[in-house]
Amino acid sequence: MKKTLLTVFLALGFVPTLFAANNEIKIGAVFPMTGPIATYGQESVNGIKMALEKINKVGIHGKKLKLVLEDNKGEPVESANAVRKLIHVDKVTAVIGSVASSNTLAEAPIAQEAKVPLMTPASTNEKVTKAGDYISRTCFTDDFQGVVMAKFAFETLNKKKAALIVDNSSDYSKGLAKVFKAKFTELGGSIISDEYAYQQKDTDFRSLLRKLKREKPDVIFLPGYYTEVGLILKQAREMGLDMPFLGGDGWDSPTLQELAGAEGIKGNYISSHFSADDADPLVQGFVKEYIKRYKQKPGAMAALGYDGMLVMADALKRTKKLSSEELKATIASTKGFIGVTGAITIDSNRNAQKSAVVLETTAKGNIFKQKVNP
Amino acid sequence: MSDSTAYFFWDLGQYLINGITQGSIYALVALGYTMVYGIIKLINFAHGEFYMVGAFTGFFLIHSGVPFFLAMPLAMLGSGLAAVIVERLVYRPIRSAGRIPALITALGVSLFLQYLGQNLLGADPRSFPDALGTKTYYLGELMISSTQIIIIITTIVLMLFLRWLVTSTKIGKAMRATSFSMDAAELMGINTDRVISFTFFVGAALAGAAGVLVGMYYNTVEPMMGLIPGLKAFVAAVLGGIGIIPGAVVGGLVLGIAENLVVGFWVSTYRDAIAFGILILILLIKPAGLLGKNTREKV
Repeated sequence: MKKTLLTVFLALGFVPTLFAANNEIKIGAVFPMTGPIATYGQESVNGIKMALEKINKVGIHGKKLKLVLEDNKGEPVESANAVRKLIHVDKVTAVIGSVASSNTLAEAPIAQEAKVPLMTPASTNEKVTKAGDYISRTCFTDDFQGVVMAKFAFETLNKKKAALIVDNSSDYSKGLAKVFKAKFTELGGSIISDEYAYQQKDTDFRSLLRKLKREKPDVIFLPGYYTEVGLILKQAREMGLDMPFLGGDGWDSPTLQELAGAEGIKGNYISSHFSADDADPLVQGFVKEYIKRYKQKPGAMAALGYDGMLVMADALKRTKKLSSEELKATIASTKGFIGVTGAITIDSNRNAQKSAVVLETTAKGNIFKQKVNP
Repeated sequence: MSDSTAYFFWDLGQYLINGITQGSIYALVALGYTMVYGIIKLINFAHGEFYMVGAFTGFFLIHSGVPFFLAMPLAMLGSGLAAVIVERLVYRPIRSAGRIPALITALGVSLFLQYLGQNLLGADPRSFPDALGTKTYYLGELMISSTQIIIIITTIVLMLFLRWLVTSTKIGKAMRATSFSMDAAELMGINTDRVISFTFFVGAALAGAAGVLVGMYYNTVEPMMGLIPGLKAFVAAVLGGIGIIPGAVVGGLVLGIAENLVVGFWVSTYRDAIAFGILILILLIKPAGLLGKNTREKV
């Protein structure tokens, strides 16, 4: 019995790693597959797997990419542990991940220290790529996203008095709020000075919204994630707060529609990376294939995961020896890569310069409103 | 009366309504903590998960067309049975090992149920069907929703029922006897194992009711939903005096109201910090909790 177990153990665990050294390039992935932002992780990985299949049809320098996926549950500590495991146990060439900025911020110093390239397809907080030259991203940053929404509120919606509701447990939310505030006041609008904040996993916002209602804002900027945003929207509309709420890409999940309900969702606007309604043939081809595979429309995270993986494969192709050191340089020299989320150029701070879309949220899904270039 | 004073009183009233609603939920969950502690001195950290089990049972029943007034007792039955099973399989074998192993086991059960839930049901929050059609009533500037009224009334009814159960029935008498001294109760011919099972059942059924109410109130259920309310309810139970049934109710209401007043009149960022600050203050002054008697440890 013991012998059989040993054989099985060897067959399962040991042998594949020997082969891996020869014809596989290991790419680590850290995403929230469970927890409060699980749909983001699941969507991202769907997109990544679709890209992988495309890449592996041709291969890179005669090798195939192999994804080693770790679940970080949407938590910073789990993220740090996952990256450490991928780098030191699985010996991956590069890491792709994560979604929430607070998670990627926990991962970045570890990858930087180990000199393994870490590319996030979706974390928009400014600080993420400041961790060092091995850290890059293929999405735009909050500076851009916040500016887009401040301009949209002031110029397109013609609103002058804004209130902010911030998720205090999220670097993403706080960063976005700061940029929005600066741009909105610069344009000539006013911001209600009081602080309205909540924490991830809060469920009761009625007293907070009551207090906010007294201030009579004509637009509310709410840069949170869909789990709490859905509840806030529902409770706000029930209490008669019917001004538009604006948000960022953190709203972009079909679960939001479900949680906020028909009344809560309508008449709000978000900035995001991608719209499945975009008429671009490249986008439509992606949407069609995605629906065929996963029986649902791709959200922004699916598109970002897909593009992120393709950019990384493109950078790997441009290396000579597939080393982490070379990969760092080839990622940074990515120029005008045409993806489904727009043309991606990595700038000198290793952030992507690309366009954003403004979407209107409705009960039937998000409707494409306008495209904003950097 | 100036505008701002009038506003102050309207707002105060509103925060109290919101606080009492939230406090009722804490109280329902806290009752289970306090009852189980009262009888076997176990802090059952898995209690929040019975609340989750109740919420999901209610969710699936209402989704499959069962009317709310039937789904509620069935959900209570579901979470109650879950607790009885956990008690029989996990807590009973370890009961004689002492309090710390039991506490650690409870933490383990809590995590097990959370992740089992995630595995079976997925991590994504699901929207709870609006079974009764929420209506909002206005009284001047006060707003109270039909769901809030249902929560408060259900809580009162369940508490009166619990009071009747504990003080005026045979099983209630057995529970009090077991709580007083398990050995003596056993010598008097009480089947203490069954009494303990029953206590778990009642406590978890109350938590299950709270789960269904919360599902309706916030329109969402997810496998991790028991974590924070479980902790808060534990705090409420300690605040009121753990082991004392009316104490759980008082503790729950105090915590719920304190949280809402802090958010309304002060900064929302400090909600938990201040609410828990109050808790520490009360416990410094009255270590046995609001309704607890300071008893000297017998040597």
